[in-house]
Amino acid sequence: MSVKTTLFDPIFKNNPIGLQILGICSALAVTTKLETVLAMSGAVIFVTAFSNLFVSVIRAHIPSSIRIIVQMTIIASLVIVADQVLKAYFFSISKSMSVYVGLIITNCIVMGRAEGFAMKNPPWISFVDGLGNGVGYAVVLLFVGVLRELFGSGSLLGYTIFPLVGDGGWYQGNGLMLLAPSAFFLIAIFIWIVRTYYPEQIEEE
Amino acid sequence: MSKPKDSIAKTIGVAAALCIVCSIMVSMAAVMLKPLQVENQKLDIKKNLLAAAGLVKSGATKVEIEQAFANVKTILINLDQGQEDQSVDLATFDQVKAAKDATLGKLIDAKTDVAKIKRRERHSKVYLVGSNGQVELIVLPIYGKGLWSTMYGFIALAPDTKTVRGFSFYQHGETPGLGGEIDNKKWQASWIGKIALDGGNFGPIIRVLKGKVNSASPQAASQVDGLSGATLTSRGVEGMVRYWLGKDGFGPFLANFRQGGITL
Repeated sequence: MSVKTTLFDPIFKNNPIGLQILGICSALAVTTKLETVLAMSGAVIFVTAFSNLFVSVIRAHIPSSIRIIVQMTIIASLVIVADQVLKAYFFSISKSMSVYVGLIITNCIVMGRAEGFAMKNPPWISFVDGLGNGVGYAVVLLFVGVLRELFGSGSLLGYTIFPLVGDGGWYQGNGLMLLAPSAFFLIAIFIWIVRTYYPEQIEEE
Repeated sequence: MSKPKDSIAKTIGVAAALCIVCSIMVSMAAVMLKPLQVENQKLDIKKNLLAAAGLVKSGATKVEIEQAFANVKTILINLDQGQEDQSVDLATFDQVKAAKDATLGKLIDAKTDVAKIKRRERHSKVYLVGSNGQVELIVLPIYGKGLWSTMYGFIALAPDTKTVRGFSFYQHGETPGLGGEIDNKKWQASWIGKIALDGGNFGPIIRVLKGKVNSASPQAASQVDGLSGATLTSRGVEGMVRYWLGKDGFGPFLANFRQGGITL
Protein backbone atom coordinates (compact mmCIF):
# COMPACT_ATOMS: atom_id res chain seq x y z
CA MET A 1 0.00 0.00 0.00
CA SER A 2 1.73 3.18 -1.13
CA VAL A 3 1.38 6.58 0.45
CA LYS A 4 -0.10 7.91 -2.78
CA THR A 5 -2.95 5.42 -3.02
CA THR A 6 -3.67 5.75 0.71
CA LEU A 7 -3.95 9.48 0.30
CA PHE A 8 -5.85 9.69 -2.98
CA ASP A 9 -8.04 6.59 -2.96
CA PRO A 10 -10.48 7.93 -0.33
CA ILE A 11 -11.10 11.03 -2.43
CA PHE A 12 -13.03 9.37 -5.28
CA LYS A 13 -12.26 5.66 -5.53
CA ASN A 14 -13.10 4.82 -1.93
CA ASN A 15 -14.85 7.93 -0.71
CA PRO A 16 -16.05 7.62 2.89
CA ILE A 17 -19.40 9.25 2.09
CA GLY A 18 -19.76 8.07 -1.50
CA LEU A 19 -18.84 4.42 -1.11
CA GLN A 20 -18.84 3.69 2.59
CA ILE A 21 -21.87 5.96 3.24
CA LEU A 22 -20.39 7.21 6.52
CA GLY A 23 -20.73 10.66 8.01
CA ILE A 24 -23.95 11.58 6.19
CA CYS A 25 -25.49 13.31 9.20
CA SER A 26 -23.12 16.25 9.32
CA ALA A 27 -23.07 16.44 5.52
CA LEU A 28 -26.76 17.36 5.72
CA ALA A 29 -26.47 19.77 8.60
CA VAL A 30 -23.62 22.11 7.76
CA THR A 31 -23.81 22.42 3.97
CA THR A 32 -26.27 25.29 3.50
CA LYS A 33 -23.39 27.75 3.38
CA LEU A 34 -19.93 27.33 1.89
CA GLU A 35 -18.30 29.17 4.76
CA THR A 36 -19.38 26.58 7.32
CA VAL A 37 -18.45 23.80 4.89
CA LEU A 38 -14.86 25.05 4.79
CA ALA A 39 -14.61 25.31 8.56
CA MET A 40 -16.22 21.91 9.07
CA SER A 41 -13.97 20.29 6.44
CA GLY A 42 -10.86 21.76 8.03
CA ALA A 43 -11.92 20.54 11.46
CA VAL A 44 -12.73 17.03 10.22
CA ILE A 45 -9.47 16.70 8.25
CA PHE A 46 -7.54 17.78 11.34
CA VAL A 47 -9.40 15.37 13.61
CA THR A 48 -9.28 12.29 11.33
CA ALA A 49 -5.60 12.78 10.54
CA PHE A 50 -4.43 13.29 14.10
CA SER A 51 -6.76 10.77 15.74
CA ASN A 52 -5.44 8.16 13.29
CA LEU A 53 -1.88 9.20 14.11
CA PHE A 54 -2.29 9.06 17.88
CA VAL A 55 -4.33 5.86 17.87
CA SER A 56 -1.71 4.24 15.65
CA VAL A 57 1.19 5.40 17.84
CA ILE A 58 -0.25 3.72 20.92
CA ARG A 59 -2.01 0.86 19.12
CA ALA A 60 0.36 -1.76 20.58
CA HIS A 61 -0.52 -0.63 24.10
CA ILE A 62 -4.29 -0.24 23.80
CA PRO A 63 -5.98 -3.04 25.77
CA SER A 64 -8.62 -4.51 23.46
CA SER A 65 -11.31 -4.40 26.17
CA ILE A 66 -11.27 -0.59 26.27
CA ARG A 67 -10.04 0.20 22.76
CA ILE A 68 -13.22 1.98 21.63
CA ILE A 69 -13.16 4.17 24.75
CA VAL A 70 -9.50 4.99 24.17
CA GLN A 71 -10.23 5.98 20.57
CA MET A 72 -13.21 8.03 21.68
CA THR A 73 -11.12 9.88 24.28
CA ILE A 74 -8.48 10.78 21.72
CA ILE A 75 -11.08 11.88 19.18
CA ALA A 76 -13.07 13.88 21.72
CA SER A 77 -9.96 15.71 22.94
CA LEU A 78 -9.01 16.63 19.37
CA VAL A 79 -12.51 17.84 18.64
CA ILE A 80 -12.50 20.07 21.73
CA VAL A 81 -9.17 21.54 20.65
CA ALA A 82 -10.55 22.16 17.13
CA ASP A 83 -13.67 23.77 18.61
CA GLN A 84 -11.59 26.05 20.85
CA VAL A 85 -9.44 27.14 17.90
CA LEU A 86 -12.53 27.91 15.81
CA LYS A 87 -14.02 29.92 18.68
CA ALA A 88 -10.81 31.92 19.00
CA TYR A 89 -10.10 32.63 15.34
CA PHE A 90 -13.37 32.17 13.44
CA PHE A 91 -15.96 33.25 15.98
CA SER A 92 -18.91 33.97 13.73
CA ILE A 93 -18.48 30.72 11.78
CA SER A 94 -18.15 28.75 14.97
CA LYS A 95 -21.31 30.40 16.29
CA SER A 96 -23.29 29.49 13.20
CA MET A 97 -22.09 25.87 13.39
CA SER A 98 -23.16 25.71 17.05
CA VAL A 99 -23.26 22.08 18.14
CA TYR A 100 -22.07 20.53 14.90
CA VAL A 101 -18.39 20.99 15.66
CA GLY A 102 -18.87 19.02 18.87
CA LEU A 103 -20.74 16.40 16.90
CA ILE A 104 -17.59 15.57 14.91
CA ILE A 105 -16.96 13.25 17.85
CA THR A 106 -19.82 11.10 16.64
CA ASN A 107 -18.85 11.36 12.97
CA CYS A 108 -18.62 7.74 11.86
CA ILE A 109 -15.70 8.46 9.51
CA VAL A 110 -13.34 9.41 12.33
CA MET A 111 -14.20 6.41 14.46
CA GLY A 112 -14.32 4.09 11.46
CA ARG A 113 -10.82 5.00 10.30
CA ALA A 114 -9.37 4.80 13.81
CA GLU A 115 -10.84 1.34 14.40
CA GLY A 116 -10.54 0.04 10.85
CA PHE A 117 -7.17 1.40 9.78
CA ALA A 118 -5.10 3.00 12.51
CA MET A 119 -5.38 0.02 14.88
CA LYS A 120 -3.58 -2.17 12.33
CA ASN A 121 -1.13 0.15 10.58
CA PRO A 122 1.97 2.16 11.48
CA PRO A 123 1.63 5.86 12.39
CA TRP A 124 2.76 7.60 9.20
CA ILE A 125 0.52 5.68 6.83
CA SER A 126 -2.38 6.02 9.31
CA PHE A 127 -1.91 9.76 9.37
CA VAL A 128 -2.00 9.84 5.57
CA ASP A 129 -5.11 7.64 5.55
CA GLY A 130 -6.81 10.03 7.98
CA LEU A 131 -5.81 12.96 5.82
CA GLY A 132 -7.14 11.25 2.68
CA ASN A 133 -10.46 10.34 4.28
CA GLY A 134 -10.84 13.81 5.71
CA VAL A 135 -10.25 15.27 2.26
CA GLY A 136 -12.68 12.74 0.75
CA TYR A 137 -15.32 13.95 3.18
CA ALA A 138 -14.43 17.56 2.41
CA VAL A 139 -14.81 16.99 -1.36
CA VAL A 140 -18.38 15.75 -0.94
CA LEU A 141 -19.17 18.58 1.47
CA LEU A 142 -17.79 21.14 -0.97
CA PHE A 143 -19.78 19.66 -3.86
CA VAL A 144 -22.99 19.78 -1.82
CA GLY A 145 -22.18 23.14 -0.20
CA VAL A 146 -21.39 24.94 -3.47
CA LEU A 147 -24.61 23.76 -5.12
CA ARG A 148 -26.78 24.44 -2.08
CA GLU A 149 -25.53 27.95 -1.47
CA LEU A 150 -25.48 28.84 -5.16
CA PHE A 151 -28.99 27.62 -5.95
CA GLY A 152 -30.50 28.19 -2.51
CA SER A 153 -29.23 31.68 -1.70
CA GLY A 154 -27.78 32.75 -5.07
CA SER A 155 -24.36 33.39 -3.55
CA LEU A 156 -20.99 31.76 -2.87
CA LEU A 157 -19.14 32.45 0.37
CA GLY A 158 -21.64 35.25 0.91
CA TYR A 159 -20.82 36.99 -2.41
CA THR A 160 -23.86 37.38 -4.62
CA ILE A 161 -23.66 35.40 -7.88
CA PHE A 162 -27.35 35.34 -8.83
CA PRO A 163 -29.11 38.45 -7.46
CA LEU A 164 -32.23 37.27 -5.61
CA VAL A 165 -35.71 38.49 -6.51
CA GLY A 166 -36.13 39.62 -2.90
CA ASP A 167 -33.15 41.97 -3.32
CA GLY A 168 -34.35 43.31 -6.66
CA GLY A 169 -32.57 40.73 -8.83
CA TRP A 170 -33.89 38.06 -11.18
CA TYR A 171 -33.10 34.81 -9.39
CA GLN A 172 -35.82 33.04 -7.39
CA GLY A 173 -33.95 31.12 -4.69
CA ASN A 174 -34.66 27.40 -4.53
CA GLY A 175 -36.08 26.89 -1.05
CA LEU A 176 -35.50 23.13 -1.14
CA MET A 177 -31.75 23.73 -1.37
CA LEU A 178 -31.82 25.43 2.02
CA LEU A 179 -33.46 22.42 3.64
CA ALA A 180 -31.57 19.33 4.75
CA PRO A 181 -33.25 16.84 2.34
CA SER A 182 -31.65 18.52 -0.69
CA ALA A 183 -28.28 17.25 0.54
CA PHE A 184 -29.60 13.70 0.10
CA PHE A 185 -30.33 14.34 -3.57
CA LEU A 186 -26.98 16.02 -4.11
CA ILE A 187 -25.02 13.27 -2.37
CA ALA A 188 -26.90 10.73 -4.50
CA ILE A 189 -25.94 12.68 -7.64
CA PHE A 190 -22.32 12.73 -6.45
CA ILE A 191 -22.40 8.96 -5.92
CA TRP A 192 -23.96 8.53 -9.36
CA ILE A 193 -21.21 10.56 -11.06
CA VAL A 194 -18.43 8.76 -9.20
CA ARG A 195 -19.89 5.35 -9.98
CA THR A 196 -20.15 6.19 -13.65
CA TYR A 197 -16.37 6.64 -13.62
CA TYR A 198 -15.70 3.66 -11.37
CA PRO A 199 -18.30 1.02 -12.36
CA GLU A 200 -16.64 -1.47 -9.99
CA GLN A 201 -18.21 0.50 -7.09
CA ILE A 202 -21.69 -0.54 -8.18
CA GLU A 203 -23.02 -3.18 -5.81
CA GLU A 204 -24.33 -6.40 -7.35
CA GLU A 205 -28.03 -6.85 -7.14
CA MET B 1 -5.52 -16.48 28.18
CA SER B 2 -5.21 -12.74 28.32
CA LYS B 3 -2.15 -11.22 26.73
CA PRO B 4 0.00 -8.99 28.95
CA LYS B 5 -1.45 -5.82 27.36
CA ASP B 6 -4.90 -6.96 28.45
CA SER B 7 -4.07 -7.40 32.13
CA ILE B 8 -6.16 -5.36 34.51
CA ALA B 9 -3.18 -3.37 35.77
CA LYS B 10 -2.16 -2.46 32.25
CA THR B 11 -5.72 -1.54 31.27
CA ILE B 12 -6.06 0.83 34.19
CA GLY B 13 -2.57 2.22 33.60
CA VAL B 14 -3.23 2.95 29.94
CA ALA B 15 -6.59 4.53 30.71
CA ALA B 16 -5.11 6.75 33.40
CA ALA B 17 -2.13 7.84 31.30
CA LEU B 18 -4.37 8.62 28.34
CA CYS B 19 -6.73 10.66 30.49
CA ILE B 20 -3.87 12.72 31.90
CA VAL B 21 -2.32 13.41 28.49
CA CYS B 22 -5.67 14.31 26.91
CA SER B 23 -6.77 16.52 29.76
CA ILE B 24 -3.48 18.43 29.69
CA MET B 25 -3.87 18.94 25.94
CA VAL B 26 -7.47 20.12 26.22
CA SER B 27 -6.87 22.44 29.16
CA MET B 28 -3.81 23.95 27.50
CA ALA B 29 -5.82 24.77 24.40
CA ALA B 30 -8.66 26.18 26.49
CA VAL B 31 -6.43 28.37 28.66
CA MET B 32 -4.24 29.65 25.84
CA LEU B 33 -7.13 30.59 23.58
CA LYS B 34 -9.31 32.08 26.31
CA PRO B 35 -8.24 35.76 25.90
CA LEU B 36 -9.01 35.67 22.17
CA GLN B 37 -12.38 34.03 22.76
CA VAL B 38 -13.36 36.56 25.40
CA GLU B 39 -12.46 39.39 23.03
CA ASN B 40 -14.55 37.77 20.29
CA GLN B 41 -17.51 37.44 22.61
CA LYS B 42 -17.35 41.09 23.60
CA LEU B 43 -17.13 42.11 19.97
CA ASP B 44 -20.05 39.83 19.15
CA ILE B 45 -22.20 41.46 21.85
CA LYS B 46 -21.44 44.89 20.39
CA LYS B 47 -22.16 43.60 16.91
CA ASN B 48 -25.56 42.27 17.97
CA LEU B 49 -26.36 45.50 19.73
CA LEU B 50 -25.54 47.40 16.55
CA ALA B 51 -27.45 44.88 14.45
CA ALA B 52 -30.55 45.38 16.63
CA ALA B 53 -30.14 49.12 16.08
CA GLY B 54 -29.69 48.50 12.34
CA LEU B 55 -26.31 50.23 12.31
CA VAL B 56 -24.14 47.45 10.89
CA LYS B 57 -24.65 44.62 8.41
CA SER B 58 -24.06 41.00 9.38
CA GLY B 59 -20.62 40.81 7.74
CA ALA B 60 -19.21 43.87 9.52
CA THR B 61 -15.51 43.89 10.34
CA LYS B 62 -14.01 44.65 13.71
CA VAL B 63 -13.08 48.18 12.66
CA GLU B 64 -16.60 48.91 11.36
CA ILE B 65 -18.09 47.61 14.59
CA GLU B 66 -15.82 49.73 16.79
CA GLN B 67 -16.49 52.80 14.65
CA ALA B 68 -20.25 52.36 14.73
CA PHE B 69 -20.15 51.64 18.44
CA ALA B 70 -18.40 54.96 19.06
CA ASN B 71 -21.66 56.68 18.03
CA VAL B 72 -23.66 54.83 20.63
CA LYS B 73 -24.04 56.49 24.00
CA THR B 74 -24.08 54.06 26.93
CA ILE B 75 -25.72 55.15 30.16
CA LEU B 76 -26.32 53.30 33.40
CA ILE B 77 -29.79 53.56 34.88
CA ASN B 78 -31.47 52.54 38.09
CA LEU B 79 -34.23 50.20 36.95
CA ASP B 80 -36.69 50.89 39.79
CA GLN B 81 -36.51 54.66 39.48
CA GLY B 82 -35.83 54.75 35.75
CA GLN B 83 -33.22 57.49 36.22
CA GLU B 84 -29.65 57.70 35.10
CA ASP B 85 -27.46 56.65 38.02
CA GLN B 86 -23.82 57.66 38.21
CA SER B 87 -23.12 56.10 41.61
CA VAL B 88 -22.12 52.85 39.89
CA ASP B 89 -19.05 52.82 37.66
CA LEU B 90 -20.09 52.10 34.09
CA ALA B 91 -16.70 50.75 33.03
CA THR B 92 -16.54 48.00 35.63
CA PHE B 93 -20.26 47.23 35.85
CA ASP B 94 -20.92 43.56 35.07
CA GLN B 95 -24.62 43.16 34.49
CA VAL B 96 -24.70 39.37 34.64
CA LYS B 97 -22.80 39.31 37.94
CA ALA B 98 -24.90 42.14 39.38
CA ALA B 99 -28.09 40.09 39.00
CA LYS B 100 -26.64 37.38 41.25
CA ASP B 101 -25.13 39.79 43.77
CA ALA B 102 -26.91 40.20 47.10
CA THR B 103 -26.95 44.00 47.09
CA LEU B 104 -26.67 44.81 43.36
CA GLY B 105 -29.42 42.37 42.43
CA LYS B 106 -32.90 41.63 43.70
CA LEU B 107 -35.31 38.75 43.83
CA ILE B 108 -38.22 39.04 41.42
CA ASP B 109 -41.68 38.30 42.72
CA ALA B 110 -42.80 34.98 41.16
CA LYS B 111 -46.03 36.55 39.86
CA THR B 112 -44.32 39.26 37.85
CA ASP B 113 -41.45 37.03 36.72
CA VAL B 114 -42.72 36.22 33.24
CA ALA B 115 -39.15 36.06 31.95
CA LYS B 116 -38.46 33.22 34.46
CA ILE B 117 -35.14 34.69 35.56
CA LYS B 118 -35.81 34.70 39.35
CA ARG B 119 -33.35 37.53 40.06
CA ARG B 120 -32.45 40.68 38.27
CA GLU B 121 -29.90 43.45 38.67
CA ARG B 122 -30.92 46.81 40.15
CA HIS B 123 -29.04 48.74 37.49
CA SER B 124 -28.87 48.26 33.77
CA LYS B 125 -27.00 49.63 30.84
CA VAL B 126 -29.07 51.40 28.23
CA TYR B 127 -27.77 52.39 24.81
CA LEU B 128 -28.90 55.53 23.04
CA VAL B 129 -28.41 56.24 19.36
CA GLY B 130 -29.17 59.59 17.83
CA SER B 131 -27.92 62.74 16.22
CA ASN B 132 -28.09 66.48 16.90
CA GLY B 133 -29.18 65.89 20.47
CA GLN B 134 -32.21 63.88 19.37
CA VAL B 135 -32.49 60.25 20.50
CA GLU B 136 -33.50 58.13 17.52
CA LEU B 137 -33.22 54.68 19.05
CA ILE B 138 -33.22 53.20 22.54
CA VAL B 139 -31.46 49.85 22.72
CA LEU B 140 -32.22 47.77 25.80
CA PRO B 141 -30.39 44.64 26.91
CA ILE B 142 -32.91 41.93 27.78
CA TYR B 143 -32.80 38.28 28.75
CA GLY B 144 -35.08 35.46 29.74
CA LYS B 145 -35.41 31.73 29.95
CA GLY B 146 -36.14 29.74 26.79
CA LEU B 147 -36.55 25.98 26.70
CA TRP B 148 -33.00 25.02 27.70
CA SER B 149 -31.10 28.18 28.33
CA THR B 150 -31.14 31.82 29.22
CA MET B 151 -31.40 33.83 26.01
CA TYR B 152 -29.56 37.16 25.93
CA GLY B 153 -30.43 39.79 23.39
CA PHE B 154 -31.10 43.40 22.55
CA ILE B 155 -34.32 45.13 21.60
CA ALA B 156 -34.30 48.52 19.91
CA LEU B 157 -37.24 50.87 20.38
CA ALA B 158 -38.27 54.02 18.55
CA PRO B 159 -38.37 57.31 20.57
CA ASP B 160 -42.14 56.76 21.12
CA THR B 161 -40.96 53.79 23.31
CA LYS B 162 -43.67 51.59 21.79
CA THR B 163 -42.47 50.64 18.34
CA VAL B 164 -39.88 47.91 17.93
CA ARG B 165 -37.03 48.94 15.63
CA GLY B 166 -34.88 45.84 15.92
CA PHE B 167 -34.34 42.62 17.81
CA SER B 168 -31.29 40.41 18.11
CA PHE B 169 -29.76 37.68 20.27
CA TYR B 170 -26.12 37.24 21.13
CA GLN B 171 -26.19 34.21 23.37
CA HIS B 172 -28.51 31.26 23.87
CA GLY B 173 -28.46 27.47 23.95
CA GLU B 174 -31.73 26.63 22.24
CA THR B 175 -32.08 23.63 19.89
CA PRO B 176 -30.34 24.38 16.59
CA GLY B 177 -32.85 24.46 13.75
CA LEU B 178 -35.87 24.81 16.07
CA GLY B 179 -35.56 27.24 18.99
CA GLY B 180 -32.16 28.25 17.60
CA GLU B 181 -34.09 29.95 14.81
CA ILE B 182 -34.40 32.97 17.11
CA ASP B 183 -31.12 33.82 15.37
CA ASN B 184 -32.91 33.78 12.01
CA LYS B 185 -32.57 37.25 10.51
CA LYS B 186 -35.93 37.03 8.74
CA TRP B 187 -37.74 36.21 11.95
CA GLN B 188 -35.92 38.99 13.81
CA ALA B 189 -36.90 41.37 11.01
CA SER B 190 -40.56 40.41 11.49
CA TRP B 191 -40.44 42.24 14.85
CA ILE B 192 -39.58 45.54 13.22
CA GLY B 193 -42.51 47.94 13.27
CA LYS B 194 -44.51 45.93 15.83
CA ILE B 195 -46.20 47.93 18.59
CA ALA B 196 -44.90 46.44 21.84
CA LEU B 197 -46.65 48.74 24.31
CA ASP B 198 -50.22 49.86 24.75
CA GLY B 199 -50.88 53.43 23.61
CA GLY B 200 -52.77 54.34 26.81
CA ASN B 201 -51.08 52.90 29.88
CA PHE B 202 -47.87 51.75 28.15
CA GLY B 203 -48.22 48.18 29.42
CA PRO B 204 -46.68 45.45 27.25
CA ILE B 205 -49.15 44.08 24.69
CA ILE B 206 -46.74 42.24 22.38
CA ARG B 207 -47.55 38.55 21.78
CA VAL B 208 -45.64 35.75 20.10
CA LEU B 209 -48.33 33.53 18.63
CA LYS B 210 -48.35 29.81 18.11
CA GLY B 211 -48.32 29.70 14.32
CA LYS B 212 -48.77 32.60 11.93
CA VAL B 213 -50.21 36.03 12.57
CA ASN B 214 -53.53 36.67 10.85
CA SER B 215 -52.83 40.00 9.20
CA ALA B 216 -56.58 40.84 9.17
CA SER B 217 -56.78 40.66 12.96
CA PRO B 218 -56.97 44.03 14.77
CA GLN B 219 -54.13 42.94 17.08
CA ALA B 220 -51.82 41.98 14.20
CA ALA B 221 -49.65 45.05 14.78
CA SER B 222 -48.69 43.67 18.17
CA GLN B 223 -48.30 40.02 17.22
CA VAL B 224 -45.29 38.10 15.93
CA ASP B 225 -45.22 34.66 14.26
CA GLY B 226 -44.15 31.88 16.59
CA LEU B 227 -41.26 29.67 15.57
CA SER B 228 -42.50 26.33 14.30
CA GLY B 229 -41.37 23.42 16.44
CA ALA B 230 -40.29 25.78 19.19
CA THR B 231 -43.38 26.66 21.21
CA LEU B 232 -41.53 26.90 24.51
CA THR B 233 -38.72 29.03 23.11
CA SER B 234 -41.30 31.35 21.49
CA ARG B 235 -43.13 31.59 24.80
CA GLY B 236 -39.83 32.40 26.51
CA VAL B 237 -39.11 35.19 24.03
CA GLU B 238 -42.57 36.64 24.61
CA GLY B 239 -42.04 36.45 28.38
CA MET B 240 -38.68 38.16 28.29
CA VAL B 241 -39.87 41.01 26.08
CA ARG B 242 -42.99 41.53 28.19
CA TYR B 243 -41.04 41.42 31.44
CA TRP B 244 -38.33 43.84 30.43
CA LEU B 245 -40.69 46.31 28.77
CA GLY B 246 -43.06 46.02 31.72
CA LYS B 247 -43.17 48.03 34.93
CA ASP B 248 -40.75 45.75 36.79
CA GLY B 249 -38.23 46.04 33.94
CA PHE B 250 -37.54 49.15 31.90
CA GLY B 251 -41.09 50.53 32.41
CA PRO B 252 -40.02 53.37 34.78
CA PHE B 253 -37.11 54.24 32.50
CA LEU B 254 -39.33 54.40 29.42
CA ALA B 255 -41.86 56.56 31.31
CA ASN B 256 -39.05 58.89 32.35
CA PHE B 257 -37.84 58.97 28.74
CA ARG B 258 -41.29 59.93 27.43
CA GLN B 259 -41.32 62.85 29.87
CA GLY B 260 -37.99 64.04 28.49
CA GLY B 261 -35.92 62.99 31.50
CA ILE B 262 -33.31 61.27 29.36
CA THR B 263 -31.32 63.12 26.75
CA LEU B 264 -28.30 62.34 24.62
